[in-house]
Amino acid sequence: MLEKALRGSRGYGIWVAFLLFMVAVGFFFYLRQLDYGLGITGMSRDISWGLYIAQFTFLVGIAASAVMLVLPYYLHDFKAFGKITILGEFLAVSAVMMCVTFVFVDLGRPDRAVNLLLYPSPRSVLFWDVIVLNGYLLLNMVTGWTVLESDRKGVPPPAWVKPLILLSIPWAISIHTVTAFIYAGLPGRGFWLTAIMAPRFLASAFASGPALLILICLVLRRFGRFDAGDKAIQTLAKIVTYALATSIFFVLVELFTVFYSQIPGHMHHLTYLFAGLDGHNTIARWMTVAAIAALVSLALLIVPRLRQNETYLVLACSGVFVSLWIEKGLGLVITGFVPSPLEAIPDYTPTGPEVAITMGVWALGVLIITLFYKIFISVRKGK
Amino acid sequence: MAPTRREFLKMTGFSAAGLVLPFLPSLASAQAGTAGTVGSSPAVPGGLPALKAKRWAMTIEPRKCRPDCTDCIAACHLEHNVPDFKNPKDDIRWISLEKIGHVFPAEAHPRIPELIAELPLPILCNHCANPTCVRVCPTQATFKRADGIVMMDYHRCIGCRFCMAACPYGSRSMNYRDPRPFIGKINPAFPTRAKGVVEKCNFCEERLARGVLPACVIACKDKALGFGDLEDPRSGIRSILDKGLSLRRRPELGTLPQVYYIL
Repeated sequence: MLEKALRGSRGYGIWVAFLLFMVAVGFFFYLRQLDYGLGITGMSRDISWGLYIAQFTFLVGIAASAVMLVLPYYLHDFKAFGKITILGEFLAVSAVMMCVTFVFVDLGRPDRAVNLLLYPSPRSVLFWDVIVLNGYLLLNMVTGWTVLESDRKGVPPPAWVKPLILLSIPWAISIHTVTAFIYAGLPGRGFWLTAIMAPRFLASAFASGPALLILICLVLRRFGRFDAGDKAIQTLAKIVTYALATSIFFVLVELFTVFYSQIPGHMHHLTYLFAGLDGHNTIARWMTVAAIAALVSLALLIVPRLRQNETYLVLACSGVFVSLWIEKGLGLVITGFVPSPLEAIPDYTPTGPEVAITMGVWALGVLIITLFYKIFISVRKGK
Repeated sequence: MAPTRREFLKMTGFSAAGLVLPFLPSLASAQAGTAGTVGSSPAVPGGLPALKAKRWAMTIEPRKCRPDCTDCIAACHLEHNVPDFKNPKDDIRWISLEKIGHVFPAEAHPRIPELIAELPLPILCNHCANPTCVRVCPTQATFKRADGIVMMDYHRCIGCRFCMAACPYGSRSMNYRDPRPFIGKINPAFPTRAKGVVEKCNFCEERLARGVLPACVIACKDKALGFGDLEDPRSGIRSILDKGLSLRRRPELGTLPQVYYIL
């Protein structure tokens, strides 16, 4: 089936070439990072995780959201999702690949990455995250590929895939829960020390992932001559609506506890996030955009007439994606470090090489998803 | 890089002083008291027997500190080849000085006497009895010894910096770039680090093994730093702690820090 990714229209060729170029640029700067050290990034003694780990956290959510297609289709026999379940699984595969790459480029000593397996440390959440992420990657690759292969041959998928697909449902929840535990188990970081971290992660994931899928479906309808069907898209839109509302609700719950209790160790972080501290308000400005985008999107999604209008749907889904990317791919990680344990208010600005590497990893993920979807569409058209 | 003859002589002179100092009663041993149960076997042939303890701990009496004195920092950073990047972003610190408002934010109210509010407080790794950094490390590159010292294995660390996020005290530093060109004078007796690994104070375990007290403790002419076995009722730090109330940083987190501040 792989050969199907190699032939395509002129537009497809240009798109793939562009992505390859971005990957190459990222790789070039990664080589420079290897040479110089992580000091090439904007990370510091105080803000020791930055863009890389934030992207990783956001993308775990995108990966987990595949469950929003798999669950209705396989547990509730929701036929409308039949055509696009594989799209969700492949999206998960490329998202997990990006996650693993982001963790890798964040390592100070990538040459020793294998130490994670040579000295397994069950008390470390990071150890478990490596286990669940790789397990999830394997599950989705095997099930997605097998189902597509049977599709091509025009036979029903083999019986052994079903249990694996069912296993992928709780497994999807686990990857985002364990990722939340990386943050939520640290005694000294008041911003992250909240039991609602994992539920918040899941709610925002189930909004951002399906929002992205809707956008992908609309792109495929226009440029890929593949129609996911209005029913599937509108059902996804409802999932985004409920998940976004839940996500906003969870943030408000957090704000109540923190600002009503007024415990400084928790309050200072959230003040920094939404209003800034001592004039350090770059993140706060981004968060203003995120808050407005989330509320406007929610309004557009909640009204059925607007949700059913493709233009507004595109607007709302883009808003959801951007808003939750800012919240998780930017605000969540940085704010945990501000103020620092020594009450400093450090600033973090990603450097050019850091942004180039980040975009390179994203391009790699988009490239993988492009190739997968090309194969998928070719198989579907061949029928 | 082999040391020159001149460097070698200076080195031996320096270590000899370090070996003798702790046993001059007027200097360090008044601080350390019976610093630890003296072990039976010398760690180095011909050297002093290693200092051993059930639970190493440190007392800090910042009110004894002279204004603007940084002897403890200089001694520690020289001993351990800590680089000076002159750039706060890449900063590596094993021990540093901070005001009480930053070290004990919960205790620092506006009516604290200025004398105390302006005091420089030495801060370093707390060698917690329940260390978060050890719990989160995915490769066991950071670990706690039986005598309580929280150590780093620089050859195993993958540089994921989970320990830096986990430490509630900001005691850990990352080698964001190659530190070697930024070390003023390399001490050949202690390893330098490579870029990409995390490091922190090690309670001078390498000196304890040679029977010598930590560099900062010896360097402090005002005897503001005490070091000894917390489990030994006859140790110097126990008599310091017996005198009154001592503070530990963020005790509510349950990390059980083993650096005690007497204010």
